[in-house]
Amino acid sequence: MPDRDMQPVLSVRNLNVRFGRNAIAAVSEASFDVGRERIGIVGESGSGKSTTGRAIMRLLPAKASITAERLDFNGEPLLAKSEKEMGRLRGKDLALIMQDPRYSLNPVLTIGKQIAESAKLHLGLKGRDALTHARHMLERVRIKDPERVLKLYPHQISGGMGQRVMIAMMLIAKPKLVIADEPTSALDVSVRKDVLMLLDELVRENNSGLILISHDIRMVAAFCERILVMYSGRIVETLTSLDDARHPYTRGLIAAMPDPRHPVSRLKVLDRASIEAEIAR
Amino acid sequence: MIKVENLDVVYGVNETRNHVVRSVSFEVGHGETLGIVGESGCGKSTLLRSLAGLEGGWTGSVHFNGKPVGKARNREELKLAQMVFQDPYGSLHPRHRIGTALAEPIRAMGTGDGWSQVSKALQQVGLPAHFASRFPHELSGGQRQRVAIARALILSPPILLLDEPTSALDVSIQAEVLNLLADQREERNLTYVLVSHDLSVIAHMCDRVLVMQNGIFVDELTKADLRAGTTHADYSRELFEASFL
Amino acid sequence: MTDTLHDTSAVQQPGLAQRVLSGSGRVIRKLGDEPLGMAGFIILALLILVAIFAPVIAPYDPVRQVLSDALQPPSLAHLAGTDEFGRDIFSRLVYGTRITIQTVLSVSVIVGPIGLIIGVVAGFFGGRTDAFLMRATDIVLSFPSLILALAFAAALGAGLGTAIIAISLTAWPPIARLARAEALVVRNADYVAAARLYGASPLRILFFYIAPMCIPSVIVRLTLNMAGIILTAASLGFLGLGAQPPLPEWGAMISSGRKFMLDYWWVAVMPGIAILLTSLAFNIAGDTLRDLLDPRHARS
Repeated sequence: MPDRDMQPVLSVRNLNVRFGRNAIAAVSEASFDVGRERIGIVGESGSGKSTTGRAIMRLLPAKASITAERLDFNGEPLLAKSEKEMGRLRGKDLALIMQDPRYSLNPVLTIGKQIAESAKLHLGLKGRDALTHARHMLERVRIKDPERVLKLYPHQISGGMGQRVMIAMMLIAKPKLVIADEPTSALDVSVRKDVLMLLDELVRENNSGLILISHDIRMVAAFCERILVMYSGRIVETLTSLDDARHPYTRGLIAAMPDPRHPVSRLKVLDRASIEAEIAR
Repeated sequence: MIKVENLDVVYGVNETRNHVVRSVSFEVGHGETLGIVGESGCGKSTLLRSLAGLEGGWTGSVHFNGKPVGKARNREELKLAQMVFQDPYGSLHPRHRIGTALAEPIRAMGTGDGWSQVSKALQQVGLPAHFASRFPHELSGGQRQRVAIARALILSPPILLLDEPTSALDVSIQAEVLNLLADQREERNLTYVLVSHDLSVIAHMCDRVLVMQNGIFVDELTKADLRAGTTHADYSRELFEASFL
Repeated sequence: MTDTLHDTSAVQQPGLAQRVLSGSGRVIRKLGDEPLGMAGFIILALLILVAIFAPVIAPYDPVRQVLSDALQPPSLAHLAGTDEFGRDIFSRLVYGTRITIQTVLSVSVIVGPIGLIIGVVAGFFGGRTDAFLMRATDIVLSFPSLILALAFAAALGAGLGTAIIAISLTAWPPIARLARAEALVVRNADYVAAARLYGASPLRILFFYIAPMCIPSVIVRLTLNMAGIILTAASLGFLGLGAQPPLPEWGAMISSGRKFMLDYWWVAVMPGIAILLTSLAFNIAGDTLRDLLDPRHARS
């Protein structure tokens, strides 16, 4: 189909998520499209950024009610899919990278077995070939000693190595959309950059879409083409560069971050009253 | 105010021997804020806990206010330095009300019942007095960290040891807590040692920064260095670049 | 808010009554969401009421023998029938709750604090103290509890008092182990580190910081143990080593009813039902208590 690349990978219109019957909305009226691009969702804890990501993956607990005018992935409505269909979609076309990958890997299987399993599932490789491919993938994500790492268990590797392993498994599955929820916040600063570069490579190579969810607005701005800023469940602003920020929340957030190149004696704090006033308007 | 000479921390013996802090020496002047920056496992937290007296396995010498302090501290020595921890959820007892938590240091020291100072302490960190009857789980992360700071300050120590005090907090809350720490420093003329992995927080708060890697200091940066982005070692250059993508 | 901010007299240490009230109110509200647990607690509450008001509820004297009425089947006059001496079984069951509750409470009151203190001390101090206390615990734990209780009951002479002591002797090790495991986690918490920094003495840390964190799981474990205590007490009674006749102890009642089991089933079955219901209620209540008090076991 000629317009395949033009059509957004994910299209969300008026997404609402509520926990419990009478509770306030965790996400309200969120609308955005993701093409084959990198978009970032930025917000503080409780802003609904992670809930948005999990709602798309349909990974929220049963008491959460998700409603949306549209929640289409690849032109198919996600909300109409059965749990079994979603299971097939996750890991293949839709991938999630979490904060600490060591908890999303199976603790009783070696890294090698888990990557080989992915190769068996998605590439139809068998036995030795799958394992060889797994080693190749570890080399691909620039792990220095793949032979050794293949034999390790998830608790024996560092957080940065875990993220690389997750990315390696995703390179095999070639997902159309990757949702990365705070992929670097458990990592040391020097590893952060490498993991982001790898993530970038993965996304470009497979021509997939990426949603990067983070609290770090500067990192997201440096990495993503578009930034959605969320505050108390709403998308308050969509930016392409931090200089365009108009909303008092976004500006407050940027001003609250210490910057050694522009030292101040006191940091600016958020003026929550004016933000509420702006939202009410 | 603080003088540390040849401080070593070693865990384990033989094969499991782990030399966490390797013979570090430094001084912190009165009213100065020293930052220690480094990545996880570099020994910065162990160093700080050794200063506080929470780790027993160190050798070397530590002087507070010109007086040597050992591993076991008496009450007078404990009053010289208090600590604020990283995790605001783990540093307050879940079954103690805020008032109890703030009165505890004075009661434990045996210098009074402590309750008379609770509302003043809350007020100083910008919290209303009625918070005293709440439990920690009824407070947000930022509010808990304020309580933890109030608790550390209630004994009026001249030295405050800060172990990643804002890294579990949101950016806007971090700004509030850092401002609070700066205000208290000014008001009480406190000496801080601030440990963090976040160079921008360190740069904002500190007069001087020590860069730590594998248990030793590899670089020392002044406020001017940080502003200009000057570094004197490869590792601190790397850290600097990675911190500001 | 600004008024209270400067009102220094506003902060006072809250009274015990106020603290208990606000704590239990929360638990009761949560209990509403657990119908099964609610049922368990209601049965236990009824049991306690029955024990207190036994003379009012029981239609007959539990020990008076009316030989002409021996072995009557359940009827309106005798709700649970009569036994071989013509005693009303229902009345005996009602009075039996007193013995059961007495046994359960005595054992829990002895075992809870002992287990808690041994466990918390072992976990907090570690090293040799820990090794010594835990080996002692292991030794007691390695005896089958009923056999040890039997030996004690045999050595000290049969009776309700010795049964309670015998059961207590074998019931504390699991509590001690649990408390130790909790203490091991809690002693590394930042709030304990902070307490050490402001000079809190080891005893203060032990009783004011660590023990309160271990109490909820100890209470849960005790409640779950109560079912086992009832069964052990009944077993001892059945073997003739617990409460002595003519006390209406449920296990002893089954034991005497067993001789007439085939022809007069109610003599053994009625106390059996009482034991079953009570131990089930304690089990359910313990499970629910765990869900309420221990967030790690919370159902999502």
